[in-house]
Amino acid sequence: MNDPVVIVGASMGGLRTAEALRRNGYLGQIDIIGDEVHQPYNRPPLSKDVLASSVSHEAVKFPHALTESNTNWILGTKVVRADLESKKVIDAFGNEHPYSALVIATGLRARKLSLPNSDALGTHVLRNLDDALALRAELVPGAKVVIIGAGFIGCEVTSTAVGLGCEVSIVAADAHPMVAALGTEFAAQLQARHELRGVTYFLKNCVTEIVTEVSAQGPKVTGVKLTSGETISCDVLVQAIGSHTNTEWLQDSRVDISDGVLADGAMRAIDTSGNVIPDVFAVGDVARFPNPIFDDTPRRIEHWNIPLETAKRVGQVLAAKFIDDQKYRDVVEEEFAPIPSFWSDQFEMKILAFGNLGLADEAKFIYGDPADECVWGYYRKGVMVGVCGIGMRSVVQSYRMNFTTQTKPIQN
Amino acid sequence: MKIKVDMDKCQHYGQCVFEAPEIFTLNSADKLEYLAEADDSERANVESARDVCPMQAIFIVD
Repeated sequence: MNDPVVIVGASMGGLRTAEALRRNGYLGQIDIIGDEVHQPYNRPPLSKDVLASSVSHEAVKFPHALTESNTNWILGTKVVRADLESKKVIDAFGNEHPYSALVIATGLRARKLSLPNSDALGTHVLRNLDDALALRAELVPGAKVVIIGAGFIGCEVTSTAVGLGCEVSIVAADAHPMVAALGTEFAAQLQARHELRGVTYFLKNCVTEIVTEVSAQGPKVTGVKLTSGETISCDVLVQAIGSHTNTEWLQDSRVDISDGVLADGAMRAIDTSGNVIPDVFAVGDVARFPNPIFDDTPRRIEHWNIPLETAKRVGQVLAAKFIDDQKYRDVVEEEFAPIPSFWSDQFEMKILAFGNLGLADEAKFIYGDPADECVWGYYRKGVMVGVCGIGMRSVVQSYRMNFTTQTKPIQN
Repeated sequence: MKIKVDMDKCQHYGQCVFEAPEIFTLNSADKLEYLAEADDSERANVESARDVCPMQAIFIVD
């Protein structure tokens, strides 16, 4: 009997890979190893419903049918090393897991400030369910909340916290919230709308010190000092300053982990010499892969639909590899061009985007009212690479068809 | 095949529309409309739509 397919990472990417393997006819054993104790759950509600109400794991877990005896869930178990030559991974308990194929689905973890007291009482990050539950307990009416970072997570937590009656300030190095994704003009509009709803911004600023007081349980955060010289007091400090890729366990392997896991268009990992590793795959936020919609530069895409799309791709390629050599060769050659999509709920604004906005050299207002519902187009050398709107989802969606490799994208 | 969308959960993002365009649409008011019953030939598409739903609001009730 063959060794199992071992999937390291038991979040959405890992789950969807296992499902896609089954759907494509792979009947052998699958071992899914995850460091969290929870079965896979949906992360988008973490910054919204889970923070705002008494939602539990039960409410956000993904329903799935992978309960048969040859799908082995190994949870609460962190993989610490991969041995590609002997084809096995080793977990923190010292157990070895031999594989016939390895799928890397370890995703990201939240980054923290590299300052003393970044773990003090009252400090938080938001990536996992347990993070959300811990933060929820402290978002009480009247609480003074400082959020470091004005990206997706920072803005969504802000919106939820304001809704819960907290007093929220955002500190960010950028000039505007979500400016890296949205561009200056749109981001400045968004900031104005946040400010109208009572959010205080400290922009082009960094935290130089986390101020704490002594408490019986250890140091407790009471405020932050900024590069501007100001001190803001707070009860709760949320660090929403991006993420690290979970690739340390691959450090001694030959996988190229210079920024996540480098992969080809079949989501097969690539080694540091540039060669495909045929029995190692990558999915989700951790994977850096080329997308022919845009160009041949491999990129990591931290958007909602990418774990799903990359998992489907691996399921298709890997099942073919086990079942039918000719089909495997054909499938590998097929084009893989998933259209990235994200959305974000902030106050009453529903933001929806398609494409890769970050590639644009120009953002243009194209429809609606810039101070209300509106649609913006994102262009690289005059070619549309992204579209984003507040509301007006039907209009935003109508531009999605531009992001294919077949149709020539709209010229500016 | 019977399809149910939990309209309390649905936030009308319309991600499902691209996976199963015969079943799901956004109307002119940006609200989701869907067919509650469909031929079994649509099953794979509806399963994809269910998986891509950010709110996990789509259910296939056989």
